[in-house]
Amino acid sequence: MSDMTLPTPAVPHDGTDAEARPVFRVERKVLGISTEVWPGIIAPLVIGVLALGAWEFIVWWRAIPPFILPGPLLIAKTLFDDWGTLSASLWITLRITAAALIAAVSLGVGLAILFTQSKWLEKSLFPYAVILQVTPVVSIAPLIIIWVGDINLSLLICAWIVAFFPILSNTILGLNSADHNLINLFQLYRASRWQTLRYLRLPAALPYFLGGLKISGGLALIGAVVAEFVAGSGGSASGLAYRILEAGYQLKIPRMFAALIMISMSGIAIFLAISWLSHMLLRRWHESALKREN
Amino acid sequence: MTAAVSIDRPVTGGGRPLVSIRGVSKQFANGTIAVRDVNLDLAAGEFVSLLGPSGCGKSTLLRMIAGLGEPSVGAIDWPQEVGKGAEHELGFVFQDPTLMPWATALGNVILPLTLKGVGGREAEERGADMLALVGLKGFEKSYPRELSGGMKMRVSIARALVTQPKILLMDEPFAALDEITRHKLNDDLLGLWERNRFSAVFVTHSVFESVYLSQRIVVMAARPGRVMADLRIEAPYPRDDEFRTSADYAHWCRIASSKLKEAISS
Repeated sequence: MSDMTLPTPAVPHDGTDAEARPVFRVERKVLGISTEVWPGIIAPLVIGVLALGAWEFIVWWRAIPPFILPGPLLIAKTLFDDWGTLSASLWITLRITAAALIAAVSLGVGLAILFTQSKWLEKSLFPYAVILQVTPVVSIAPLIIIWVGDINLSLLICAWIVAFFPILSNTILGLNSADHNLINLFQLYRASRWQTLRYLRLPAALPYFLGGLKISGGLALIGAVVAEFVAGSGGSASGLAYRILEAGYQLKIPRMFAALIMISMSGIAIFLAISWLSHMLLRRWHESALKREN
Repeated sequence: MTAAVSIDRPVTGGGRPLVSIRGVSKQFANGTIAVRDVNLDLAAGEFVSLLGPSGCGKSTLLRMIAGLGEPSVGAIDWPQEVGKGAEHELGFVFQDPTLMPWATALGNVILPLTLKGVGGREAEERGADMLALVGLKGFEKSYPRELSGGMKMRVSIARALVTQPKILLMDEPFAALDEITRHKLNDDLLGLWERNRFSAVFVTHSVFESVYLSQRIVVMAARPGRVMADLRIEAPYPRDDEFRTSADYAHWCRIASSKLKEAISS
């Protein structure tokens, strides 16, 4: 099946420019995915299956005990058997990740807008955002947990600290990178600050913001897990990191691996979801979404 | 002086010029004098070219007329405007199309209306009409990246004209286009001008383009930017390919060329 993505052609009434319309490529598709994309999906899958096979074989051949290195089949079985406990923990970790990401987006974008409205504000506050960014979250997590008291809120704050900066700094860059002549044009039509922000600076910042979001999505998860590790030893949390610690103490190594896989899969899912969102928002106009056209 | 212009332009505003530039100088922060002591009157409905080598301050002067940057000395007045600070409608076309890549052709054209608070159906209808007028009917929903260079420039012109401004300021708008597209756009620009009767100020470094388009050419010299000559091109409109190959055209090009040469060697 082939389908054309071509806007309705107009009647070429002036003879010159209508012919200059760029030619759109015809894409072949299998199962709704372009044939050019398939090799990129199949190649890593083949490598993955080969690696897992080799792993399983080595574990079987050298008779490695499961508490040293479990084979992939045992891990899959554990994932299936312990799904109830693990999925409940996953849900807790994901909730904190999502809340942290939402807080990072709203505060990051909000502050970025404030900063671009007032250079003075940016100059006085930005250094503190940098300090927040460069301080390792592991080292301040215990403090936050002591000060805040509420464990969920502490975890949220830790994850937020990690996820916040890429969004802030990328959005500031984006808001400041609107075409200079377009800014002149807005001045010429006496656009208000609000109009310039809404119709020019925010759309111009969108690709940059989405770039920051892609980084922050993964960081929010890492931040949540790291904070859980710190808090988990206190025994009051029950996120995935806590399950990993617990399994470690009990030498339930297959379960540890199962939890690890769940964290990785969540990270991948977050990345894919944000990439998809980014593609949908930018596909009509931004250079980054034009790769498939030559 | 008898102007051999075939279309009769009504003199509005009681014979007062539309724009009055009095003793205008512009010095940049780094000390460069971009424009020195320019005196010019621009009449309503007039097509004027500012012709000169790069660095002669023609773009700076155009931007000051647009209100993008104040003169260091002197004043730019709009004698037909009642009261100070009155809104004078103007359209501006940059050297690059300067379109918003995230908006469709129509979205770009109606931007000035959106900023003025005109929205909805009225804006869309006016935008679509304007696009049709520049020869882009059917391309309303196309994004800038789907359009060729010439088409983008047409969108830019449509955007500048959608508010029906009294004056259209153009900063070397066709300099980056190929010659065939440029000739076509020159013709279409003249068509729009004859139809809508706005004043046009066209910055260019091309003698041929300025002679083809203008009623009047202001020749400028560089370092410091100043006016060297003020020529009237007394050739009738409509101008077309026949004019482009006529002896008359060659004659005016020769005159403008020699004035430009004087300006460069001065």
